[in-house]
Amino acid sequence: MSERAELAHNAAGRSVPTMVNGRPQIPFLGVGKYQPRGRKATTPIRSNKDYPDNGDKRVPDLETALRKCGLRDGMVISSHHHLRDGDTVALMALEAAAKIGVKDLLWFPSASFPSQKGAIELMEKGIVHHIEGSMNGPLGDYCTQGKMRGMGVLRSHGGRYQAIQDGEVHIDIAVIAAPTADQFGNADGSHGKSACGSLGFAFADSSFADHVIVVTDNLVSFPCVPWQIQGNNVDYVVEVDSIGDPAKIVSGTTQITRSPDRLRIAELVAKFLRASGIMKNGFSFQAGAGGIALAFVQYLKQMMKEDQVKARFVRGGSTKVLVELLQEGLTDYILDGQTFDLEGVKSMANDPRHIATSPFTSYNYHGKGNFASLVDAVVLGATEVDVHFNANVVTHSDGRLLHGIGGWQNCLFSGCSILAVPSFRDRIPVIVDQVTTLTGPGEMIDVVVTERGIAINPRRQDLLDAVKDSKLPIRPIQDIKSEVENICGGKPARPKLGDRPCAVVKWVDGTVLDTIWQVG
Amino acid sequence: MSTALETSPRSTHAGHHGKDVRSDVHVAFEVRDGGGVEISFESRVAPYYGEAILDQARTILDELGVKHARVSIRDEGALPFVISARIEAAVRRAGLALGKRSLPVQNALSAPSPKDRLRRSRLYLPGSEPKYYINAALHEPDAIILDLEDSVHRDEKDAARILVRNTLRAVDFGACERMVRINQLPLGLEDLADIVSESPDLILMPEVEHPQQVTEVDRMIGELKNRSGIIRPIWIMPILESALGIENAFPIAVASENVAALTIGLEDYTADLGVARTPAGAESQYARSRVVNAARAAGVQAIDSVFSDVADMDGLRRWGEASRALGFEGMGCIHPAQIRVVHEAFTPAPAEIERAQKILAAFQDAQQRGLAVVSLGSKMIDPPVVQRALKLIERAKAMGVVS
Repeated sequence: MSERAELAHNAAGRSVPTMVNGRPQIPFLGVGKYQPRGRKATTPIRSNKDYPDNGDKRVPDLETALRKCGLRDGMVISSHHHLRDGDTVALMALEAAAKIGVKDLLWFPSASFPSQKGAIELMEKGIVHHIEGSMNGPLGDYCTQGKMRGMGVLRSHGGRYQAIQDGEVHIDIAVIAAPTADQFGNADGSHGKSACGSLGFAFADSSFADHVIVVTDNLVSFPCVPWQIQGNNVDYVVEVDSIGDPAKIVSGTTQITRSPDRLRIAELVAKFLRASGIMKNGFSFQAGAGGIALAFVQYLKQMMKEDQVKARFVRGGSTKVLVELLQEGLTDYILDGQTFDLEGVKSMANDPRHIATSPFTSYNYHGKGNFASLVDAVVLGATEVDVHFNANVVTHSDGRLLHGIGGWQNCLFSGCSILAVPSFRDRIPVIVDQVTTLTGPGEMIDVVVTERGIAINPRRQDLLDAVKDSKLPIRPIQDIKSEVENICGGKPARPKLGDRPCAVVKWVDGTVLDTIWQVG
Repeated sequence: MSTALETSPRSTHAGHHGKDVRSDVHVAFEVRDGGGVEISFESRVAPYYGEAILDQARTILDELGVKHARVSIRDEGALPFVISARIEAAVRRAGLALGKRSLPVQNALSAPSPKDRLRRSRLYLPGSEPKYYINAALHEPDAIILDLEDSVHRDEKDAARILVRNTLRAVDFGACERMVRINQLPLGLEDLADIVSESPDLILMPEVEHPQQVTEVDRMIGELKNRSGIIRPIWIMPILESALGIENAFPIAVASENVAALTIGLEDYTADLGVARTPAGAESQYARSRVVNAARAAGVQAIDSVFSDVADMDGLRRWGEASRALGFEGMGCIHPAQIRVVHEAFTPAPAEIERAQKILAAFQDAQQRGLAVVSLGSKMIDPPVVQRALKLIERAKAMGVVS
């Protein structure tokens, strides 16, 4: 059980713990208000004399590698989700640690997935103390039911890089699953039987962890090119039969939504980009792999062709739909953070204009700028949006963990952040008075597109002016909320949340934005 | 105690539940001899609307005069008007609630429908699938049609009628004309008894073969309107679906002044002929032309059937364009994605509009100058041509393509 935490009100008016897992926290101060100081985290100086001259860093198995890294109680082990729900390496590493007999590890995944529910048993046995990283499904329930010994910490992809770089989380051992690697430790994600595209999520770990282990099921002779992970940062290489289930690593084909209501939302988003003048030669946008986002790209593509407009770059999560834009000459580049389907993986492997990026280049807020803020428009989802444009993406309306923050918070720094959401789902209003969990402050969210109309944040008078003569259904967000409440039979009851914090939501600068409370 | 109650089952159910069911609710109802009303309930929206659903269920059972019963509700996010319809259906199936109804709050009615309004598209909504209703109007068909006939299993007709009645009351269909397709007579008369009170704008009658069927429905609608104090019109659109129906097209079209349009049902018609329905539709050319001609002769609209391959948008467009060329003014849609294509197919091309505008300008010019003969360039324009241009521009205005 976590300690009973002192609570403070942050600048968003949310009650947050001032201490998390023994570390003092800074409550959210407002967007751009926190000024970091000091120097970045460092790693111990190593010497070539301690590594084989022939560059062969292979050891027989993960257990040996972990022992050689000096694994002991309480250490931080990191893993990554570029293999998504197909990953088997993270659990393999934790189970190897269990064999060694250590306790109280902090598992620090870039995201966890339902197939990793075996981690619950490891927590029950005391091998893993707690998880800092996104949790959903069974792991999410374990956390929000208050069963985890430590507090969960949810960070954006950029926030994870920031936390590592700033020394908030010190990784003792990073375990990197690599679809292709050489014996020196150079690793690549876009080739091999378990190819997944980019390995960007592991980039921070490879630079800042004390020890780095690369695990691969496709060992090639030096050099492994391209080397998305540099062997110079790697201590050991482990060869295994399989790093994951290819069927769950990438989807074979990308499914675009067939729901007429969602298609309507997607089309409204595209029309908005056209009417507002954002869609113009040399522009850029980002869209995820959700059904609405994919459909949006299809509509936008048609409009780009009609208006003879070409993008300078688009940002993925890449999919077949984005790859087609590249191949048809409608964008010069894809800057890709993760790759969702086979077409995306193939394109990254073969097309020099399809470029792997990392949370450092794309999302890190404690740097000298990032790509996300260079993007003209981004299309995102949300589980709830309130009348002040605050949004929730991590919990169900009843407070249970639903999914991680991903790049969502980082993307809000684009020129125009658009949430494309149904106004209600199965009688559960999405447009509400107050979000259950604050994941994105309203001042960062510019437009909410629903099937019942488009709400523009009053702070964006420029956007309101830009579309005022269009035929688009622009409506105040309160209006949409009232209509939805009318349909659903009144305001929904507020979820009954406990008074014990189970996890915190970090903002991109490492301050605490909100709290996930125990439920049920 | 009525005989109905004695012969009715003591335990009934209505609605649907399950993993793949959305926006519906299953109600199991059991009459008992004492002990009051006991409600058990599970719902995926329980944290938000659990109390509201229980309150609503108690109110409805009270309105329906249920004193002693066990009610088990399994909700899949049904909206309130669906919950009340399902509870009422379960109660009625037990032979209770005679002469009683539980009506949801009445939504403001849109303006009455003009007889010759734009009817390019009508979107079919199955009378047993509530999940499609609430967003139907967002796709902007000219009409929605709540179907009690083919899309509803014969054992579900009673429940669908109550659901459609509640839908007409509670769901905002915006600018859409609100149509209901009733069943063949005599079942269709029972449908009317439940729905006319909710002022549908138009009734589609299936399998019409004789004008007497239309007069029977028209008389029934009139009586029910009187009883409910409704003065706004309720139009009739007979569907001709057999060789005999096609032969009687004209008498059917003139059977009542409330007939606003004639339409054709091609699946049944081709089955009646014993031929296959083809994408090009040569087998129904005669019947469709006959319907157009009869409708014109009677001064009502001719509306085409549906195009049943929802994946084939090019085929739909070709069908719609050919249909308009034959003289039809619209057709049915079985999926929202068809609506835009159908509207485009039934919208005059810019060149047609431009020519019509020139003709009207020439006509006005001739009027002002007191000339009996209208000419455009070197051509003389006959009065029917002017009439056609006028009609085309009126339609184009209604479609929003001419200001």
